[in-house]
Amino acid sequence: MTGFFALIAREIRLSTRRGGEALTLVMFFVMVTALFPFAVGPDRELLARLAPGIVWTSALLAMLLGLDRIFRDDHADGSLALLNHGQLPLEAVVGAKVIAHWLLTALPLIVATPVLAVLLGMDVEGWGRSALSLLCGTPALTGLGVLGAATTAGLRRGGLVAPILILPLAVPVLIFGVAAAEGGILAPTLFLLAISLLTCALSPFLGALALRAGDD
Amino acid sequence: MTAPLRDARSAAPRPATGFLGWLDRIGHPGRFLGWSGRLVLPLTVLTLLGLGLGLWLAFFGSPADYQMGDTVRIMYVHVPSAWLSQFVYGGMAVAALGTLVWRHPLADVAARTSAPLGAAFTALALYTGSLWGRPTWGTFWEWDGRMTSTLLMLFIYLGLIALWRAFDDPLRAGRVVAVATLIGALNIPIVKFSVDWWSSLHQPASVFVAGGPRMPGSILAPLLVMTLSFTLLFVVLQISGMRSEILARRADGMARRAARPEPDAQATP
Amino acid sequence: MPNAHPKPLQLPPIRLAAAGLAARRGERLLFSGLDFTLAPGQLLLITGPNGAGKTTLLRLVAGALTPEDGTLVWQGIDEDARPQALMHLLSHRTAIKPRLTLSEDLAFWQAVNGPGPDAFEALDRVGLGGLDWLEAGLLSAGQQRRLALARLIVSPRPVWLLDEPTAALDAEGDAMVAALLADHLGQGGLALCATHLPLALEGADIVRLRLGAPR
Repeated sequence: MTGFFALIAREIRLSTRRGGEALTLVMFFVMVTALFPFAVGPDRELLARLAPGIVWTSALLAMLLGLDRIFRDDHADGSLALLNHGQLPLEAVVGAKVIAHWLLTALPLIVATPVLAVLLGMDVEGWGRSALSLLCGTPALTGLGVLGAATTAGLRRGGLVAPILILPLAVPVLIFGVAAAEGGILAPTLFLLAISLLTCALSPFLGALALRAGDD
Repeated sequence: MTAPLRDARSAAPRPATGFLGWLDRIGHPGRFLGWSGRLVLPLTVLTLLGLGLGLWLAFFGSPADYQMGDTVRIMYVHVPSAWLSQFVYGGMAVAALGTLVWRHPLADVAARTSAPLGAAFTALALYTGSLWGRPTWGTFWEWDGRMTSTLLMLFIYLGLIALWRAFDDPLRAGRVVAVATLIGALNIPIVKFSVDWWSSLHQPASVFVAGGPRMPGSILAPLLVMTLSFTLLFVVLQISGMRSEILARRADGMARRAARPEPDAQATP
Repeated sequence: MPNAHPKPLQLPPIRLAAAGLAARRGERLLFSGLDFTLAPGQLLLITGPNGAGKTTLLRLVAGALTPEDGTLVWQGIDEDARPQALMHLLSHRTAIKPRLTLSEDLAFWQAVNGPGPDAFEALDRVGLGGLDWLEAGLLSAGQQRRLALARLIVSPRPVWLLDEPTAALDAEGDAMVAALLADHLGQGGLALCATHLPLALEGADIVRLRLGAPR
């Protein structure tokens, strides 16, 4: 178990030393959101109505941006080969990556949502619903993202392939996420949680399978 | 001691006389540490005095607005910050030229120190603007032309900082960021113009009342004092930041030498 | 180089037996009919020209490849244990993260690979003593190789797979590798070492395996 937590701690340490990747991601998230008013006009009512969709689209794009770093470096410098010789099974390694990736990409985005709420003119309740829906839905995006990164870990130009692979699979998350953020009924939130649980439970095993398949 | 800084200097022939020669002499990192150290304390005192006077004038020496009431006093922080957000970028653009054209070792240090300061003042301008907007517009944020271009300005600063942090080697980073800074400088007028055009499409008039030179002296005086003090504050922070950046690079150089000791000096610490 | 002798430590006795091993890369048969056995304290020294399959043989033993033909049997380990967790791998890909300090690197790999001697002792042994605070990115290629070797010390394991362990090292580094190997074998460990440089190992129990030119 020490290895598991050491791996999470190392991911976080590497990310912060490499020039605050989490911060860059948050900037991307806020900037994409700020693009919408330029595209659809700064009409406050329109923006407030679109806000859940805008927040979720920006979050999805920002999560895709961070995929590349999950396995690429570890594969290239041999860390992955060595981790395969650790006491942890590869599944646990992928599980640790899922947790670390959520902490390093999804959590900062959720923390940054108040800024978006101000920019998009959401009220406190609307912001709360959006943040809650992100909290319930981002684990699914993380799990899918790790799977995409695992399948493309050994490819030199996998950077673009992983998002293409993931985007169609993320559509359900987007549908229920926006529905949950718009509020009213409980069902979408429960669906969102179900998708997240399922994805997070399966991704370590499927991810390890993909890494092993790509190893030879 | 200043090996990583000197590398950049040796690449270009140095002018020895005239203004550039003088700049070169006072800009030598070692000498800069010398003369700037003596400046920090008096400048700090001057800044504090100026800020004290400005705040006193802002609170007690200027009238409340007949429409906005006391909230108009936010202006005395907002306007200086907004001014600095542009002024600092101007300074960074000059420093970028210094890095690219004259390869001055301090230009890179100056630009690197300026970027977070400029971002901080821009963020302050946005924050005060949003505080001001709450009672005026009834909302913290409005996609008003000036606010929007200030927001884009913040994004530009943050982008440059991110670019800087992505590099391991400060010298290479300095040159690349200098190019990016100049690209930004060329682009900012276009950004401002297009944002103004965009916002005028949607809003017939800006919420801000254009005061200009017709401002009464009781408002103008604290505004000028505050602007001057804020600029001084920037200068103090800039000098202190440059000093610590130079020292940080020296420490980095020492770590590098510790990793690869000279053959005749194998002693480990 | 400070050469404090490690405390005598006994590694679990493990044997490796290969019978009729064959490997193929693409259409090419690299080697076939390879037989060898390794007992505790023995070193398999794999030599041969480039492309003869030295690295491939190590990857077979590591379990990263499946053999074309033949069997690899580990004796002395539990049925359900992963043989990977008994082995250390050292190759040209050193898995060094430039922004982690030397002590952070060793602490991490010790947490992953299992407990053992502390990082300072290991750094002393590989000639990086006193540099534990340094970021690994500032090390030279040879020093990075030494750091990778220090990982083998902080988590004692019975099997070492070394791919060109002396690459990028100076003469003193070669001697250091030889000393580490001698200690490891003395504690009852096995080692498989692919190299084309002679290692100064006196008195060690060496099984030599020369792979031929590719057919």
